[in-house]
Amino acid sequence: MIDRRNLLGAVAGVVALAAGVTAATAQTPPLKVGFVYVGPIGDHGWSYQHHQGLLAVKKEFGDKVETTYVENVPEGPDAERVIDQLASQGHKLIITTSFGFMNPTVKVAAKYPDVKFEHMTGFKQADNLATANIRFYVGRYIAGILAAKASKTGMIGYIGSFPIPEVVMGINATYLGAKSVNPNIKMKIIWVSTWFDPGKESDAAKALADQGVDIIMQHTDSPAPVKFAEERKIFAVGQASDMKSFGPNAILTSIIDDWNGYYISRVKAVLGSTWKTGDTWGGLNTGMLAMGAYGPGVSADAKALADAAKDKISKGELHPFTGPLKKQDGTEFLKAGEKIADKDLAGMNYYVEGIEGALPK
Amino acid sequence: MRDRWLQLEPRRTPSQAMLYATPFLAFALTLLAGLALFWLLGKDPMKALGLIFVTPLTSVRGIAELLVKSTPLILIATGLAFGFRAGIWNIGAEGQFTVGALTGGSVGLYFFPGGGPLLLPAMMLAGALGGMAWAAIPALLRTHFNANEILTSLMLVYVAGLLLGLMVQGPLRDPQSFNFPESRLFQNDALLPLLIPRTRAHIGFVVALVVVAIAHVVVTRHMLGFKIRVLGDAPRAAAFAGFSEQRLVWTAFAISGGLAGLAGLFEAAGPVGQLVPQLPSGYGFSAIIVAFLGRLQPLGILAAGLLLGLTYIGGETAQIAMSLPSATTSVFQGLLLFFLLATDVLVNYRVRLGRVRGAGQGVV
Amino acid sequence: MPSDLIAGIVAGLLVAATPLILAALGELVVEKSGVLNLGVEGMMVIGAYAGFAAKVGTGSYGLAFTTAILAGAAMGLLFGVLTQQLLSNQVASGLALTLFGLGLSALFGAKSTGLTAGAFPRLDALGLPGRFASGTDVIMLATLALVFAVAYFLERTRAGLVLRAVGENHDAAHAIGYPVVAVRMAALAFGGGMAGLGGAYLSLVQTPFWVERMTAGRGWIALALVVFAAWQPFRVLAGALLFGGITILQLHSQGFGLKIDAQILSMLPYLATIAVLIVMSRQGRVGSSSRRLRAPQSLGKVFTGTA
Repeated sequence: MIDRRNLLGAVAGVVALAAGVTAATAQTPPLKVGFVYVGPIGDHGWSYQHHQGLLAVKKEFGDKVETTYVENVPEGPDAERVIDQLASQGHKLIITTSFGFMNPTVKVAAKYPDVKFEHMTGFKQADNLATANIRFYVGRYIAGILAAKASKTGMIGYIGSFPIPEVVMGINATYLGAKSVNPNIKMKIIWVSTWFDPGKESDAAKALADQGVDIIMQHTDSPAPVKFAEERKIFAVGQASDMKSFGPNAILTSIIDDWNGYYISRVKAVLGSTWKTGDTWGGLNTGMLAMGAYGPGVSADAKALADAAKDKISKGELHPFTGPLKKQDGTEFLKAGEKIADKDLAGMNYYVEGIEGALPK
Repeated sequence: MRDRWLQLEPRRTPSQAMLYATPFLAFALTLLAGLALFWLLGKDPMKALGLIFVTPLTSVRGIAELLVKSTPLILIATGLAFGFRAGIWNIGAEGQFTVGALTGGSVGLYFFPGGGPLLLPAMMLAGALGGMAWAAIPALLRTHFNANEILTSLMLVYVAGLLLGLMVQGPLRDPQSFNFPESRLFQNDALLPLLIPRTRAHIGFVVALVVVAIAHVVVTRHMLGFKIRVLGDAPRAAAFAGFSEQRLVWTAFAISGGLAGLAGLFEAAGPVGQLVPQLPSGYGFSAIIVAFLGRLQPLGILAAGLLLGLTYIGGETAQIAMSLPSATTSVFQGLLLFFLLATDVLVNYRVRLGRVRGAGQGVV
Repeated sequence: MPSDLIAGIVAGLLVAATPLILAALGELVVEKSGVLNLGVEGMMVIGAYAGFAAKVGTGSYGLAFTTAILAGAAMGLLFGVLTQQLLSNQVASGLALTLFGLGLSALFGAKSTGLTAGAFPRLDALGLPGRFASGTDVIMLATLALVFAVAYFLERTRAGLVLRAVGENHDAAHAIGYPVVAVRMAALAFGGGMAGLGGAYLSLVQTPFWVERMTAGRGWIALALVVFAAWQPFRVLAGALLFGGITILQLHSQGFGLKIDAQILSMLPYLATIAVLIVMSRQGRVGSSSRRLRAPQSLGKVFTGTA
């Protein structure tokens, strides 16, 4: 099919021709790597961070790779076409970067067994489809410590998008981190049913602040809540990328996704023909999760506690979800000293004991 | 007339020459504007235009995707055109599309994991009926309460979207989805057969072609087509001739709602293969544009649906090959639509830059 | 509930309602003149970008809001050229305008993402005390005043009368000698300007920063509001407060741990709009006394301007 395409494509094939010339002159053709983003690369959050990964790959491998990205791909029927198009145009490694791309990626991967696929945050693998995710919950646990130490009202506000395990475990981790330094800490949670609506996220932050919280955390993608916190002179935690510029005084830290290392290692694996499928769940120790520099609102005491937790988690001495832990309804899910299994974490659909309000089902 | 910048002189009969020439004129203007746009962005304009309009047509994959993208546009627009010609404004096709996918898809999921060969026809029927039922609401509100159907049908788009969200989060949620709001993947019996192997082109396109052919016959030879034209052009004459407006409203909404519902089911059982909240991606609104670009004629709609589909697929191709921002496609499409809509005036009017000598006589 | 909380809720509700009121007021005037412009979302998002870019470029809020109004008005006039000068279909042109506006703003706006425009001064900057003052601003007050101004204009001024006459029956208005097309062009420029201002409120006051597609469907809600309000400015105000109120109260009720299904609650405004539409349409048909509650008779129809 590719041959046929090139043959017929001669009419408009200025591109194909140009690509052909470069390919012919170089000794080995460059590896074509395609990225699919759900948002614009300028969203200053989720897609922006993935694009940083693309830039890092480019810098690392230079002429050996040729990168392509497609931004603003909706998580609907169009996603499969975009992925398929990348595969049909000779991309040998395709990275799809949103949960909603899972089924389209699975379908396209089945059609192109010689192309390697990487899907971020999903749970379906295949021989040529690997998955990866970041242990965001670790960052939230540490942010919870900072939040509880910075809060004067003893209440943390949390803006949630959708009640999927990814978000639920983040809320639980935040609460456990906060509770480890202040047993009386309370959390208020608002679900906004969107990943991205700056106006609504800002309204939600305002509602939380009016109800007495003085820390805003979010699992949505726009910097609006941080910006609001700066205006209201309360604190916030940045999401996905370093959001310090949106709230230099408000920001306690940011939970930063760092895909650069992972993407570089996977490209290297394809180049060296050592690529294997798998499920990578990276955290502080692999560098996939980074904490932004502490803001002015973080006390020396809080800094010490957070750094200690960070250190212990990196060394594997501490796991945010360590028993004894009970669910909200009082049933025990971890016995004393027991650490949660990754598969249980990946399907977490309950609040831990101490969080008020019902989890929407 | 003095307050209009251009002087328009109505033609006695629409210009046949212009009817066929204006789309090409608009296309030429768009190409010129496109050259300017891409040049301003610092991209090679010829290359960009080639990627948008030619490259997708040079591969089986591109053509298959073009069919996938055009199928719902053509189906919905053909249905809408019936009403539009009669001055009945169903602009809520997006909602009928959504409900059709929901009802049709639910039938498929009900019989999971089996179903047999009759499942797909049953789903198609349920989808069309679901779309019709959703369209019946604005029809009822117009015929019984005199409520403006543009606005009621538009409001129901949002309600339909929220309904879909509610259903895939609740009763239809995939038990293995880890709480994520989406249905199971449809079983094989519930998926549309493919037209071209290894692509996503499905039999929905054939159905769309059949629908266009039937619509063409109805519009040109059947009494219904005649009644619809009369009602749109001269409502009083229609009343005088004893055509029931109420009946035409119901007919128009049933046709457009049914076809939109069918298109929704095709989308769910074709390229998507499950029910997801992101299923309604704007086909219902784009189809309105397609209906007008096609001059409300079934054959014109077929061409317009393929053209708009091409700009989507080609826009993506250009984005991938030249790193054009995705926004460029929207701007480019907007320009294309503006020119196509604007040049339409030449069909029914002579445009003069000077003053009109005598007062033009209006079409009664 | 403590008074601070109530003041906060009310201020939050007003903030959420302000862009809706602005865009809906503009569209109301447009529809009163007999034109249906479905491109509100496109005009809003252009205003949001233009205002933000002007603020970042010049540092002046006055210039920023003016730019937003002018940019929105330019979009409205573009729609006017298509539909009034070239007699294009209004529904299709409006949809095309939205597509174009979203694309154009994203194209130009790509470089402005991530910049900040500073915090817009609230009323507490004028020395007013309290939580309410710290959540309200002059644009909001101006918006409320504008509701009165538009109501006065439509009901009490000669120009308003002409505008309504044009919207009710363009052929009759034309026969009397009113400049139908000019009136509609002016209405469209006003409608675009208001939508642009509403968008700029979002990017300069409410959030305040720019990201593409940040209007997130508010233009469509504004369209619904006009109908919900039965083309009455004060009902636009009431409707926007209701829409805004439902959003804000839903957020607050979650904060208080009340379990309400967000999706069902989100459907309410649209269902309410349909209900209101039915009631209004029925009244409009039965009694002539409530004639003013129904849609302008020439709404969405092409004025060919013969004779």
